[in-house]
Amino acid sequence: MDKIRASLLKKSVASKIERRGKIISLSCLALIILVVFLIFYFVASRGLATFFSNHINLWSFLSGTQWNPGTVGTNGQPAVGALPMIVGSFLITIFSAIVATPFAIGTAVFMTEISPRRGAKILRPVTELLVGIPSVVYGFIGLQVVVPFVRSTFGGSGYGILSGTFVLFVMILPTVTSMSADALNAVPRYYREASLALGATRWQTIYKVVLRAAIPGMLTAIVFGMARAFGEALAVQMVIGNATLLPQNLVSPASTLTSILTMGIGNTVMGSLQNNALWSLAMILLLMSLFFNLVIRYIGRKGKLNHER
Amino acid sequence: MQNDNMETSQRSIMHFDPKAHEIALSTEDLHVFYGQSEAISEGDLQFERYKISSLIGPSGSGKSTFLRSLNRMNDRIATVKGKIMYRGLDINSNDIDVYEMRRHIGMVFQRPNPFAKSIYENIAFALRQRGTNKKQELDEIVETSLRQAAMWDQVKDDLNKSALALSGGQQQRLCIARAIAVKPDILLLDEPASALDPVSTSQIEDTLLELKQNYTIIIVTHNMQQASRISDYTAFFNMGKVLEYAETGDIFTNPKVDITNDYISGNFG
Repeated sequence: MDKIRASLLKKSVASKIERRGKIISLSCLALIILVVFLIFYFVASRGLATFFSNHINLWSFLSGTQWNPGTVGTNGQPAVGALPMIVGSFLITIFSAIVATPFAIGTAVFMTEISPRRGAKILRPVTELLVGIPSVVYGFIGLQVVVPFVRSTFGGSGYGILSGTFVLFVMILPTVTSMSADALNAVPRYYREASLALGATRWQTIYKVVLRAAIPGMLTAIVFGMARAFGEALAVQMVIGNATLLPQNLVSPASTLTSILTMGIGNTVMGSLQNNALWSLAMILLLMSLFFNLVIRYIGRKGKLNHER
Repeated sequence: MQNDNMETSQRSIMHFDPKAHEIALSTEDLHVFYGQSEAISEGDLQFERYKISSLIGPSGSGKSTFLRSLNRMNDRIATVKGKIMYRGLDINSNDIDVYEMRRHIGMVFQRPNPFAKSIYENIAFALRQRGTNKKQELDEIVETSLRQAAMWDQVKDDLNKSALALSGGQQQRLCIARAIAVKPDILLLDEPASALDPVSTSQIEDTLLELKQNYTIIIVTHNMQQASRISDYTAFFNMGKVLEYAETGDIFTNPKVDITNDYISGNFG
């Protein structure tokens, strides 16, 4: 009797191991959170220095169109107008999402609704392969194929928003496709059955029931693709021309936040205005990806409410 | 043993003479295969107009498979051979417009499956697909369908609320309302009450007894009391075969086949 009582009161080996495991996983989590916070802090401290140490006006930074941090612009202030890059980043993101979305949804519908077997056997591995291709390869193909094609078809130098859009379109297509396919797969089978049993055709079922039910998931996929397009640096830098000018048309050389960052960060001295201005660009990028993240979470939560029963 | 069953089933089917009645739907020599394996090896049934026929039998006996074959919901899942006669046409043939056929032979499923739309739009869905877009016409059909499903009074003020906010029993009645909104001839129900509580179940049963005046109803049920309560005819399925088909009163009081007797008296299943 006492033996049992003693054993019940004693801390067992199992509970010790459990405690240890809990501590290890918690400290891993804490480390990751710490790293994220440090990144935010570092980028913010450098990025905000432009405005606080160098006394650049935030508004003139966001709306200025001259970018040449070493020199003084026409208004007597250092030329750190980031508008061309901001506009370039947004244009290229939106255009590539607009071009990629119909293709992605079409492919996803084919993969899940029309020919699930071929979809699972051929299309899905192919799209996943596309995700794995390094961005420098995309950029190189863009440089060798897309830029000359744009030059001969639309005129101009070939470098610019349009070439960037084409390259990013191919880059985000697999992401958007496979996430859309997941969203379509998650639509319960009984929706399809219910619709078919009411005499709706297959197309009506896909269009009116399945796609409608999958809208939150597909929006998430599109925003995810946009986040990827917004953050892509290397491939874009290779085809966009990197002229820090406000884009006049789709085939004139332009630049994005990422392309100017990768171009410039190695050529500046830490703590100088040139360097701080680049950090400010990085901060905008970080805030934007945070924003994309929040949008994804928001849509995801709304989508969950839709499917609850 | 196998042969024995077949003979008894032939005999017992003869016991009910459907020729004296008006037949809404009948099957001739129906076979259903999932890949290589045969789920229904013999289905010869005739369903009388404006009656409720129930299909009973143990799990895996093929009654649901049989029911789903009747409006070709098994098309992409299984191979269905044999004839399904409806108004003198074999609706199991390739010449039939499946989508049009399903307007005449509607189906309600085991689990309530309303769309994530409003109550109104759930019922209007099939009508809109047909090109009925006039508000007044839709309003009218929505109201009559909900009335027929005995839920108009409960939901008439909430027609724009999401159908997913309804209780399970209400959702199932909404599904029935949705199915009858396209004015089918025949209503197939696959264990419509098995996911519901007893009160909702008895409401569904009352609804079906009402609907019987205008619809031919074929219902799969696990619940033998339900079959005896609401149906006029009962078919007993076992191992993919119809072993007995007769008026419900007969089959429950005087089963001709031993297995049927065993099943309805609860010795197995």
